[in-house]
Amino acid sequence: MVPLSYYLVLSGILFACGVVGFLIKRNIITIFMSIELMLNGVNLSFVAFAARWQQLSGQVFVFFVMVVAAAEAAVGLAIIIALFRTRETLNIDQVNLLKL
Amino acid sequence: MTPNLHLWLIPILPLIGAAINGLVGKRFSRHAVAAVALGFCGAAFAMALWIAAQFSSLALPHVEALTSWLNSGTFSVDYSFALDQLSLVMLLIVTGVGFLIHIYSVGYMWEEGGYYRFFSYLNLFMFFMLTLVLASNYLLMFVGWEGVGLASYLLIGFFFIRDSAAAAGKKAFIVNRIGDFGFLIALFLMIKHFGSLDFQKVFDAVKPYSPETAGVGFLTAIALLLLLGACGKSAQIPLYVWLPDAMEGPTPVSALIHAATMVTAGVYMVARSHAIFERAPSALMVVAIIGTLTAFFAATIGIAQTDIKKVLAYSTISQLGYMFLACGVAAFSAGIFHLMTHAFFKGLLFLAAGSVIHAVGGEQDMRKMGGLRKKIPWTFWTMTFATIAIAGIPPFAGFFSKDEILWRAYQASWIYWLVGLVTALLTSFYMFRLWFMTFFGEYRGEAEASHGHEEHAHDSRAGAPAPHSHGHGGIHESPAIMVVPLVILAVLSLVGGWVGVPGSLGGGNHFDKFLGPVFRSSTPALNTEHVQPGEAAPPEQTTEGTEPKTGRSTEILFTGISVGAGLLGLFLAWLLYLHSPQLPDRIASSMHGLYSTIAHKYWIDELYAWLFVKPLIAISGVVFWRGIDQGVIDAALNGSADGARELSDEVRHMQSGNLRSYAGWIAVGAAAVIAYMVWTGLRTQ
Repeated sequence: MVPLSYYLVLSGILFACGVVGFLIKRNIITIFMSIELMLNGVNLSFVAFAARWQQLSGQVFVFFVMVVAAAEAAVGLAIIIALFRTRETLNIDQVNLLKL
Repeated sequence: MTPNLHLWLIPILPLIGAAINGLVGKRFSRHAVAAVALGFCGAAFAMALWIAAQFSSLALPHVEALTSWLNSGTFSVDYSFALDQLSLVMLLIVTGVGFLIHIYSVGYMWEEGGYYRFFSYLNLFMFFMLTLVLASNYLLMFVGWEGVGLASYLLIGFFFIRDSAAAAGKKAFIVNRIGDFGFLIALFLMIKHFGSLDFQKVFDAVKPYSPETAGVGFLTAIALLLLLGACGKSAQIPLYVWLPDAMEGPTPVSALIHAATMVTAGVYMVARSHAIFERAPSALMVVAIIGTLTAFFAATIGIAQTDIKKVLAYSTISQLGYMFLACGVAAFSAGIFHLMTHAFFKGLLFLAAGSVIHAVGGEQDMRKMGGLRKKIPWTFWTMTFATIAIAGIPPFAGFFSKDEILWRAYQASWIYWLVGLVTALLTSFYMFRLWFMTFFGEYRGEAEASHGHEEHAHDSRAGAPAPHSHGHGGIHESPAIMVVPLVILAVLSLVGGWVGVPGSLGGGNHFDKFLGPVFRSSTPALNTEHVQPGEAAPPEQTTEGTEPKTGRSTEILFTGISVGAGLLGLFLAWLLYLHSPQLPDRIASSMHGLYSTIAHKYWIDELYAWLFVKPLIAISGVVFWRGIDQGVIDAALNGSADGARELSDEVRHMQSGNLRSYAGWIAVGAAAVIAYMVWTGLRTQ
């Protein structure tokens, strides 16, 4: 039996990777993937706790997060495609028209 | 059970008139405006008469509480009205004289702009004045008190385009504020000591106290503060300065507010508070001294004025001084008696002066009048009645009231009497001076200076311009609507005093007996130190109502002396202004310093300006305006605004629009929250 702390450390590492990727990458696709990484880090902790405490709600939550993530991926990718068609770039530093 | 008289209706009726004229009067014709104003004012007068008719069947004082007004713990004030002999007299004076002056104003103001505004204000004044005299507690009285001040302000500044009128209105209002301050503090003291402002309750609470002969207690303090209020409203030293300036208002206003009714509110208030004053002998003495000084002082100024209305204004101040003197020697009913006769003859004097001004086309300087006797005969004769009345010549009204005051003053101290007598002489002198200068001699104005003054006296009546008119339409008698009130008031000036013929002259002094119940009801063992020890009059029994059994021949002697003073004034005025008109100038130049001092009203206005107004303006400019207003209040406000802007200038850089910096902030914030949670979790373990 793998101790709970292992899962949580892994979950933390995954989340931290996502955060760092989100902050330092310029390519919007990579940023999108970093978000997914953060979500899955959280998912991992959910299922770990669910297994540890024998509670089903953690699992249900994970499914819920996955559904939302799928929807988000669909919408997000559509936005990215639309963005690329108009601006011909995926560098978010150049997508700053709303900036002050 | 006494009948319900609906006393509240009396003040409300003119208020309705004021509201109608004030809100929609602009669209009315002049006839409609006048009809509304006269209708509601007349209704109030009719109701006052109706009440007077039933008066003998009432249980007095008759109190009608309309509703409760303030309730705070044990302290409560009702919106209630009271009727007793004193307020009935005031009620009849205010509504009666007020109604006559309303009628007169219809004619007088006909040519002026703002007709509806004028009558709206006039009705508003009636509302507040009636509230004042009918109130059954000090707070409601104070409402009326402030209200008449407001109406006075509005009407003094009626010709607001003229700077001097606007300034005079402000002056009246501000000077009155000083007095009102005293009144308010007195009310606070009453609440503290008696727990009520209701007349009946306060006077009942006062009853157990004996007069504060030794030292000064809270009763004296209350009395003096009330006196300060009365001095403001009734134009007594040192707060009289506003009244002469108040002559900037239209003449009917001067007659109604600044002669007949409002300025007597102070006398009414002192008389109403007699239970307090009688227990504060030192305050009473102050009242008497202020009254005597004001009477004399204003009379001396009056003899050197050349503006016909200014003479009457100082005369009003002087006569109010008499009323205060009467109150000061605890002869309250004599004071109210003089108040009543004064309302008749001084109201008449102002209205007649207005008629004169009207006749000569707006001229107010007596030096440019003269010889008007034949041209405006109705005005002349009514003015003659009023002049004789104020000069104190029997059998006109002023004689009885003034004589009563002088006699009672003598019983208190011969000094009061002597100064009062000299004042009576001066009064007679300056009034006949006015009379001679206006109506006798040659006409000195420009328009008809070369013209004869005899021929068209008979055909210049009822407002029709004289056939030989020049310039301003010639000198003409006022229309009937102005003359009729003059005649009624002239009759009252003649017979008004007959209700109070003293016992020494074979009368019953009914007026004094009528008011007796009000003033005797709570008379304490009265302050005897006012009465000279050797005086023949019994000190206590003569206070109110009862006729002195002794000293009747003395009283007749004194009556003779005061009549003599009046006639002497008449003679002097005749000598100086008709017989040898060059004499006054010679006298004036031989006593140049004294004359110019008097002509400049003792430089009191200048003194006040130098003593109070200029320092106040200087202090306001430096300390209050630049120091506190700009330095503290504005600086605090601007400082906080500047600070907020600078802070946001710094902070706004966080809103860069850069997605990753937002994300960074979120991450940092989340990390901080987690760190905090972990930290507290570790601590609680």
